[in-house]
Amino acid sequence: MSAAVDVAHAEAPEGAPLSQRGPAPTRVVAAFGFWLFLLSDIILFAALFAAYAVLAGSTNGGPSGAELFNKRHVLYETGCLLASSFTCGMMMIAMDRRSTRLTYLWSLITAGLGALFLSLEFTEFADMIHGGNGPTRSAFLSAFFALVGTHGIHVTVGIGWLAMMVGQVATIGFAPMVVRRLFCFSLFWHALDIVWIGVFTVVYLGAYR
Amino acid sequence: MFGNLSWDAIPLNEPIPLATVLILIIGMLGLLTLVTWKGWWPYLWREWITSTDHKRIGVMYVVLALVMLLRGFADAIMMRTQLALAAGHAAGYLPPDHYNQIFSAHGTIMIFFVAMTFVIGLMNFVLPLQLGVRDVAFPVLNSVSFWLTAAGVLLVNVSLGIGEFARTGWLAYPPLSEIAYSPGVGVDYYLWSLQISGLGTLLSGINLTTTILKLRAPGMGYGRMPVFCWTALASNLLIIAAFPILTATFAMLLLDRYLGFHFFTNDSGGNPMMYVNLIWGWGHPEVYILILPAFGVFSEVIATFSGKPLFGYRSMVMATMAICVLSFLVWLHHFFTMGAGANVNAVFGVATMIIAVPTGVKVFNWLFTMYGGSIRFTTPVYWAIGFMVTFVIGGMTGVLMAIPPADFVLHNSLFLIAHFHNVIIGGVLFGAMAGYTYWFPKAFGFRLHEGLGKAVFWCWFFGFYLAFMPLYALGLMGATRRMQHYADPTWQPFMVAALVGAVVILVGIILTIVQLVVSIRTREQRRDLTGDPWNGRTLEWSISSPPPAWNFAVLPTVSGLDAFWSIKRNAAIPAKQSPLEPLRVPTHSPLGILVSFFAVILGFSLIWHIWWLAFVGLAGAVAVCLRHAWRIDLEDLVSVAEMAAHERKHQTQVSP
Repeated sequence: MSAAVDVAHAEAPEGAPLSQRGPAPTRVVAAFGFWLFLLSDIILFAALFAAYAVLAGSTNGGPSGAELFNKRHVLYETGCLLASSFTCGMMMIAMDRRSTRLTYLWSLITAGLGALFLSLEFTEFADMIHGGNGPTRSAFLSAFFALVGTHGIHVTVGIGWLAMMVGQVATIGFAPMVVRRLFCFSLFWHALDIVWIGVFTVVYLGAYR
Repeated sequence: MFGNLSWDAIPLNEPIPLATVLILIIGMLGLLTLVTWKGWWPYLWREWITSTDHKRIGVMYVVLALVMLLRGFADAIMMRTQLALAAGHAAGYLPPDHYNQIFSAHGTIMIFFVAMTFVIGLMNFVLPLQLGVRDVAFPVLNSVSFWLTAAGVLLVNVSLGIGEFARTGWLAYPPLSEIAYSPGVGVDYYLWSLQISGLGTLLSGINLTTTILKLRAPGMGYGRMPVFCWTALASNLLIIAAFPILTATFAMLLLDRYLGFHFFTNDSGGNPMMYVNLIWGWGHPEVYILILPAFGVFSEVIATFSGKPLFGYRSMVMATMAICVLSFLVWLHHFFTMGAGANVNAVFGVATMIIAVPTGVKVFNWLFTMYGGSIRFTTPVYWAIGFMVTFVIGGMTGVLMAIPPADFVLHNSLFLIAHFHNVIIGGVLFGAMAGYTYWFPKAFGFRLHEGLGKAVFWCWFFGFYLAFMPLYALGLMGATRRMQHYADPTWQPFMVAALVGAVVILVGIILTIVQLVVSIRTREQRRDLTGDPWNGRTLEWSISSPPPAWNFAVLPTVSGLDAFWSIKRNAAIPAKQSPLEPLRVPTHSPLGILVSFFAVILGFSLIWHIWWLAFVGLAGAVAVCLRHAWRIDLEDLVSVAEMAAHERKHQTQVSP
């Protein structure tokens, strides 16, 4: 969504405090709105984390996290995501330099690492469900699949969004609107990393207390 | 092919819903025929349905709220009639199964689709005007928010004719709302319609918060914002912080119902009380999301009609933000009976009582604003004074229930019902009606009929006391909520009194419609050409009524509180500089209605387990969003000449 209020020409009184300088430019407005969205998204995750914390011990006689999780597997997943954050940063630098080719390259690597993460997660889920430990097994597993799965859905949406942005760069070029959206995308992608750090700590490390 | 949907879903053997649905369908068809016959479609499509103008969207929100008030009130008067009849051996006319759906629908509709919708509509209309800017931060998103709310409304009403509504009460506590005990589609209607409209509300909250924090006229620092903007800021911050909890909680319940998860089930380790904790983590902030903008309306109304600046502006702002924070620290008082223990209950009880302090600050500020003012007793002032009396009573009964031992007796009794209607009718509804009367001339350029407006107020005021004071007494006598029949005949006189109160309120609602019709028919006598019918203090009154699409040709420069008042005091009316350059104003976008169309398909097909159609709905919504992402120019250019002509016309009308 673009901020359509034209604000470029509002004159700021000289030397006035920041809060009195009139409407902010569209770039700031759009990024601020997206920050607020990210905050709300993190609260959504907070509710899922809370549910997980409450239900983590309710294994209903089934396996606990320590018996199910594979540390090495989680390490690879984390590596993929953190590396993709780095490549996302490289993509933003390429965008700042208006280099179409490098933007494509880094976005491809970012999306690839995201897809690798998803495939690892998918394998983990499939193994658990095959072993009879799907989300219907116990409240603990319900909370696990919902929390980690919601993060996975976010990564999926992020990859779709990145594909769309590559399409926009290809068809529209680096118009201000496209640059704003790429900026918002990178905020989103980094926020997913932060959520993953939470998942890694609370769910995976927490299982081995 | 059609999932669980079959002809059995139509309630052919239940005369009341069937008749209602038939009347609704005939009414809708009549309306559509009229619009088609008169050739109004192009106008409606371009000027309203696809409009991204915050003023139009605000008006549509309010219209939606008023229409849903009729539906919610129809539920209310059916319940009151049932209870006036069903004493002792009499069974009344509503079977328990139907009665349960009615009270669930009443609560859901009144909170989500009347109160929320009304309040968001007022904020949408007023905020950019008071802030002195041309639109909200994200105009197209604003339209999407509105239409998602409308999608939720549509789904709730579809449940009347196809299937059923939840029988679980307005918050759908598990395990009752789990698939084991509510196998029908009722809870699914409830969940999906609120998920869809809740997304709209969240987007609205983000949009309006960004507007307040990032788009203000030059010179309007935080300490110079009108109090309504402050209360709206608090309310929208609460939306951003609370609605995701609702979405997550409902998502967990949906996973339980659709995929056999065990978040809130009785078996396999699920924890039903976790739902109650989570839902009130949203639910308690929600009541402040509703009441804070109403506080803002009263602050504007009282300052304007007392002819004085608001007493204690800073303390008002502090109190608002204090309530904003405290509202997240008291959720447990909704279920002291959970058994969290004496210490936990005590902490939450005391935290609850502390909220009375900033609220009390506000009441005294309003009183001191009126003290020594030259008060004009217009309809909005009637609502404001009625509010102060009624809300204080409601607040006191709230503090009473904040004492855990008292709450153990009063929990889920009619005393509680009386309490929250006391604050929601006496606070939110009175505030919404005051705001509706106060800003109506700004939206349409003519005033509402004063006499009828006062009659509406008196009906609601006396109707409220008649309907709910007996409920306090009944609650103390042991009557519980959600009761379809009672054995003790001594309760009946109180129930009859409550019914009489509801009928008085009905007269008030009918008079609201009469007032609207009479005012429109006699609008030429009520025309206000100055744009400032109440001798207002804030910037929305400095422009013409209705305001032009661009609101302000030149953004006003603000140098203190009550910006328009100081302009009027310091000079007659400053000769406005002629606009220097053409403006870009948001144009129209069909994105909102299209997304909402697919959201309705998605919700409906998920409710009935029609998976292929759900995929169509989701893919459609994504496709229209993608198409929107590739549009280049969203804005219309308004020429200098057009703006200058409008400004000149307004100037001559202000000072002929």
